[in-house]
Amino acid sequence: MLSVSDLNVWFGQIPDRVDAVRGAGFQVAPGESFGLVGESGSGKSTVLRAIAGLIPTWSGSIRVDGADLREGRRDRAFFKTVQMVFQDPYASLHPRHSVDAVLAETLRLQGMDRIDQRIVRLLDDVGLGQSFRFRYPHQLSGGQRQRVAIARALAAEPRLLLLDEPTSALDVSVQAEILNLLADLRAEHKLTYLMVSHDLSVIGHMCDRLAVMQQGRIVEILPVADLRAGRSTAPYTAQLMAASEGYRALEAAPAP
Amino acid sequence: MTQDAPLLSVRDLRVSFPTRQGSFQAVRGVSFDLGRERLGVVGESGSGKSMTGRAILGLIRPPGRIEAASMTLEGRSILDLPERQMRKIRGGRISMVMQDPKFSLNPVMTVGRQIIEAYRLHAAAPRDQARRKALEMLEAVQIRDPERVMDAYPHEVSGGMGQRIMIAMMLAPGPQILIADEPTSALDVSVRTEVLHIMDRLVRDRGMGLIFISHDLNLVAQFCDRVLIMYAGRIVETLPARDLHQARHPYTRGLLNSLPRLDAPVSRLPVLARQDSWRDDDTLSPSDGDPLSPRADTALPGGL
Amino acid sequence: MTAAPTSPDSPQTRPRTRRDWLLSDAPQTRRQARLGAIYQGWLTFRANKLAMLGLVILVLLIGMAILAPWIAPQSPYAQNLADRLQPPSAAHWLGTDALGRDILSRLIHGSRITLFIVGTVALIAPIIGLFIGTVAGFAGGWVDQVLMRITDIFLAFPKLILALAFVAALGPSIGNAVLALALTAWPPYARLARAETLTIRNADFIAAARLQGAGRLRLLIGHIWPLCVSSLIVRVALDMAGIILSAAGLGFLGLGAQPPLPEWGAMISDGRAYILDFWWVAAMPGLAIFTVSMAFNLLGDGLRDVLDPKGDKS
Repeated sequence: MLSVSDLNVWFGQIPDRVDAVRGAGFQVAPGESFGLVGESGSGKSTVLRAIAGLIPTWSGSIRVDGADLREGRRDRAFFKTVQMVFQDPYASLHPRHSVDAVLAETLRLQGMDRIDQRIVRLLDDVGLGQSFRFRYPHQLSGGQRQRVAIARALAAEPRLLLLDEPTSALDVSVQAEILNLLADLRAEHKLTYLMVSHDLSVIGHMCDRLAVMQQGRIVEILPVADLRAGRSTAPYTAQLMAASEGYRALEAAPAP
Repeated sequence: MTQDAPLLSVRDLRVSFPTRQGSFQAVRGVSFDLGRERLGVVGESGSGKSMTGRAILGLIRPPGRIEAASMTLEGRSILDLPERQMRKIRGGRISMVMQDPKFSLNPVMTVGRQIIEAYRLHAAAPRDQARRKALEMLEAVQIRDPERVMDAYPHEVSGGMGQRIMIAMMLAPGPQILIADEPTSALDVSVRTEVLHIMDRLVRDRGMGLIFISHDLNLVAQFCDRVLIMYAGRIVETLPARDLHQARHPYTRGLLNSLPRLDAPVSRLPVLARQDSWRDDDTLSPSDGDPLSPRADTALPGGL
Repeated sequence: MTAAPTSPDSPQTRPRTRRDWLLSDAPQTRRQARLGAIYQGWLTFRANKLAMLGLVILVLLIGMAILAPWIAPQSPYAQNLADRLQPPSAAHWLGTDALGRDILSRLIHGSRITLFIVGTVALIAPIIGLFIGTVAGFAGGWVDQVLMRITDIFLAFPKLILALAFVAALGPSIGNAVLALALTAWPPYARLARAETLTIRNADFIAAARLQGAGRLRLLIGHIWPLCVSSLIVRVALDMAGIILSAAGLGFLGLGAQPPLPEWGAMISDGRAYILDFWWVAAMPGLAIFTVSMAFNLLGDGLRDVLDPKGDKS
């Protein structure tokens, strides 16, 4: 479905060029859910944005569905295959556009017919009732906004969904709802996921395989089952595991 | 944990904001005591946990209103103090560390100057003594090269370093209570552990009281001594941190269950089914406003 | 935002009053959503007493301009040399000028000219600015460079001097004064619109629209303009006072409205010669300019509360 090899992404020009991603490569099979884990600055989101065509400065090869992507603008067929959900639901919806306007515009841009019916369907799909159709973003909670953003991404009926930390701005109970929704949608629409997160447990819950990124490089690619069983080879992965288990109190602390 | 008289005692704290639809109560009758301990305050966004921290310091801006039956710091009331006295307490005896150091440090002042100024505001110390104190504090938060960091501007330091500087700044005047509002949520996990270690040690060594506000249940369970769980502006459960995983309140249980776990994979995460009864119990007077802000992800008939 | 008394989140609940209907958090139709948003804005605006005062003054001004021929006690051009330079009295509420014309009548008729100038400038300048600023900010690269350097050139001259040069070249008349003012007023709007565009350009919602295949023109008009327009409107309302004063300045220098048109600036200019002995001739139009300028400023402050997207929403 998606194949990335020797991907380099950089920002700026030669004297102060910043290499955000260096020589990244991985493959995602159709119907698979693949995770990218790393800390901030590891380049995991940059990989997603380069695939989506939001960053023009990259080299290497990105193939979606067998088709090679070139630098510059993506074509219509690409947007019908690949869609993205952003991290911050407070920033990914236009503050002056109602839910209805967002979805209608998206459907029109994607050349869909029967827009009214489709909006009704999409809202049902993401678990928002019709009462949400004419609301503005400021009348929605974070979880509701993220559902709208997911509906928008689904409008084009894509097959590959790029998920950029879709729950890191949400409360844990809402995170559970959104993760369940994403799992349901994947089963229902036979979607392929490429999910970025800093949270190993979220990736462990959602994905089949994952790549661990550090400072722009992929240090390890392994199945989630191996991660659980502690069969990771890269020391950095073990470090991330340990850190994600939470806080260990200092030893030998005198009782106050 | 609280052998002696509590450092801070709060009774029936209420914070309300007027809105077009009537008064909105962000905090509705919160009572607790803080000893020389690490007290965790957990809840979702909109539960009033941050408002509680701010209300203790009198940091609610008008038209927001703070009311309480009593609020005492070592037996002396700090409720409705005039702003001048409040300012002495704030920073001098109770300090606060905010979520993101990027927004709490002044970008056009060197780190050293900010710490020195903060210190001199509360201790009438000469400049060179304040400088020595600042260096000492930076060392205390395990900054390796304090001289260099003193002359750095906030944008030149990393997030973890920034948060350590904030802690150094807040601890310099020697407060008795530190309120930390999500001090590590903006940090990466590896840096987070370090910052927590530093806070932990400083609080223990100085015998301070720490109010640790967070949305992260696991973190609070491991880091704190005692935990208050807040929902819709009220405390729904109080329990020792090590017993958090045996919590009885359905809300606490629901929150714990909704976390995905690496060691215990499930195909579907249990979803928290909210009940209106959690908002009020019979012992407290009924509210006159809707306690949940629109951010609060209220359970709605149409799903979320 | 959550309404306490009703439970707005369940679609079954019938809103009880029109107010509830408008403030509903779950609008049922596009129309209700739009009207609700407008009503929210109105409530915010209404809470600002001074802004309301500004609005009232401006409504009165517009009413005065529309009804000028009927409410003015006398013709603005009727000279009566026997009654020249009369102080305010029952017959002439605001006195008469050097040619014995009734100042009140001239002010009432002059409000039409003032509104014409202000309205036209307020329409032309921000639109030019919006267009140039957003295109520059959105396109970036050399387009940005070229457009912004042109803007800088305009900004480098004092506004009034530049307007003077325009009028001197085109010939003095109201139309040319308006044109000159509009052409000199747009650069600040272009700068503002560009700055706004730069912050919006990289927002996630723009990226999301791009991923739907939205073209540049659509992004510019459908997504960026609506967010820039509000800050421009606020800025225009605050700048209005300056525009009125510039127009008056041109009139005062004899380069705007030509005699005997009752333009307020020109009227002050006429009164200048008598300012020590017959203060009202210059003071009355001055007071009118002051009042209207202040009204626009107050209105602008109120609009900022309503239109600022970063502002409090509850």
